[in-house]
Amino acid sequence: MKQLLILSGKGGTGKTTVASAFIELSRSRAYADCDVDAPNLHLLMEIEEPLLSQEFYGLQVAHIDRDLCIDCGICYEACRFNSILNEPFHTIDITSCEGCALCYLVCPHKAISMHDNSIGKLKLYKDTRRVFSTAQLYPGAGNSGLLVSEVKAKMKDHLLDYTDLAIIDGSPGIGCPVIASLSGVDATLLVAEPSISGISDLKRVIKTAKSFDLQILVCVNKYDLNLEKTKEIEEFCQENNLAFVGKIPYDIKVLDYVNKKRSLKEIDSLAIRALKELYKKTMEALGYF
Amino acid sequence: MKIAIPAEKKDLNSPVCLSFGRAPFYLIYDTSSDSHEFVDNEAMKAQGGAGIKAAQQLVNEKVLFVITFRAGENAAQVLQAGNIKIYKALEKSLIENVQALKENKLEELTEIHAGFHHVE
Amino acid sequence: MKIAILSGKGGTGKTFISVNLAHINKDSIYIDCDTEEPNGHLYFKSKREKKIPVNVKIPTCNQDLCDGCLECVNFCRYNALAYANNKWILFDKICHWCGACTIVCPKKALTEIDKSIGYYSHEKVDQTYIRSGFLNPTEVSGIPIIQELLNEDNFKNKANTLNFIDCPPGSSCAVIESVKGADFALLVAEPSTFGSHNLEMVHNLIKLYNIPYGALLNKVTKGENPSYDYCSKNKIPILASIDFDPKLAYINSQGLIAAKEDPRYFKIFENLWESILKEVAK
Repeated sequence: MKQLLILSGKGGTGKTTVASAFIELSRSRAYADCDVDAPNLHLLMEIEEPLLSQEFYGLQVAHIDRDLCIDCGICYEACRFNSILNEPFHTIDITSCEGCALCYLVCPHKAISMHDNSIGKLKLYKDTRRVFSTAQLYPGAGNSGLLVSEVKAKMKDHLLDYTDLAIIDGSPGIGCPVIASLSGVDATLLVAEPSISGISDLKRVIKTAKSFDLQILVCVNKYDLNLEKTKEIEEFCQENNLAFVGKIPYDIKVLDYVNKKRSLKEIDSLAIRALKELYKKTMEALGYF
Repeated sequence: MKIAIPAEKKDLNSPVCLSFGRAPFYLIYDTSSDSHEFVDNEAMKAQGGAGIKAAQQLVNEKVLFVITFRAGENAAQVLQAGNIKIYKALEKSLIENVQALKENKLEELTEIHAGFHHVE
Repeated sequence: MKIAILSGKGGTGKTFISVNLAHINKDSIYIDCDTEEPNGHLYFKSKREKKIPVNVKIPTCNQDLCDGCLECVNFCRYNALAYANNKWILFDKICHWCGACTIVCPKKALTEIDKSIGYYSHEKVDQTYIRSGFLNPTEVSGIPIIQELLNEDNFKNKANTLNFIDCPPGSSCAVIESVKGADFALLVAEPSTFGSHNLEMVHNLIKLYNIPYGALLNKVTKGENPSYDYCSKNKIPILASIDFDPKLAYINSQGLIAAKEDPRYFKIFENLWESILKEVAK
């Protein structure tokens, strides 16, 4: 089974729209939303009651027992993450606690202990046609990479027979959740925006992706908003031996596809046709047909 | 000499676990006495660095060989630092893999994957 | 006064809004807290000649003092340490820079050294002070860089200068770090179900931190606007509504500041700023 991850570097380039189109066109039997911070794929999918719906526990966080604490302030001085509040007395700011347990170590009165902390919720949808794994990180949570890895692991644990392609919707950026989603996939399709910001962000995510052993494919979305920048991206791909697999024009009909959960069979437009062409070229690059 | 294999169940006839770092148990098989035990994988519930912690546990157990389907680069680094040789598992039972190693029928594991980079 | 611009969803126009608001307010400070994919500097054409490295502290081991007791290996909550064959091993990409291992070591064999995870730069370009943070690709978190960007001790700006904080997308801990201490939050949303869904997330986050807020609807098209509906339902004041315009998209894609290039946009941002001030005054 091959795993294709859709990334972009820059936010809002169209990852989820492309992922959703690919899922429909490939009749994918396995897909996942690894943008656990701001998941959107489930808004486009037909979903039923989840097979699994469970809390996800990140690193344990510190807790100060007010009965034992004498407010000596040693923990406050030691914490490197500004996670200890000292007004009106010492408490832990759970949202910024990194779970390092340094405060537990240094407290002279053994007033600090480490406790389980739920940082998000995992959901797995499964029926005879497909398995869909997703999650939502709670606001302010860290450790998103752990949750991303768990989303993929749950998908793999519940694969249906005869699954040969899994489509994974990724997140913007280049940090922890992106690194966690890149790990173990066979290829990544980068959806680029033809703008100065889009190109800058594309280059940074390529650097991150290159540290993994996988195939890198690039496409441009809303390409007609700037033809020169689109050309710049195509040339960059050529110079750096990256496969350029297609470009999609800006098209307000795509918003219809997204907002009204339409099928690609129901709407037709230049962008929809370009999406289908992109899908074909991507599958060829991956070795299908 | 000791061989470690990630296991789903505490049963010599059960298959090798697909995961290295998150396997529930390890079979530790001592070929000098032909005795064995199953130990709990301390890293199974680890939030991050599971491969590292699991590999450390096997180093601590003074294991010489590991038979597994897969290993991340961090786990492999720890095992290699401990002079533990990593062999690719066969899709057979735990005891059949032990036998295969005794008969020199196993290949070294060469595909070390990039690891699961869970953490922040 | 500190204004944070955030969105939940990526690509809604945070940088576009922050850059233009900073531009129309002379001598204000634009701070790019999206250290993974910083873009504001491209609009201001900042030269970034002065790159100040941001370091974190990682442990190093004096092998002569280390006796392989495994105290540090066993304590590390991230499993970033290992010990085999008399060799102490650090997995620095997993290390969280907490310093616990150096304290736990009974032989005092561990000390700390600096590791750079990126840098920040700051300069004045025309009428705007620009601060940008850059995380090195393959590093996992830019939070220490965001902390430096928002630490006034690093800079010589007068107190009470207007700050426009361009936040990362999402609602994770990096966003929280960027928003801490803000006096007002501007939530930028686009007209799609994705946009409204993520608007809801960031709305919940801002409410958690008790920061007054208002919304800006961007890339507005004819037809349904789930983000507008969300704002109406939740009584979020809409401070401006900017239509989708391919010409504006082009200006932005060229890295130009719309309020500078086109008087229509100058007016739009002037009005937006007035609305923000009115909302803050309430």
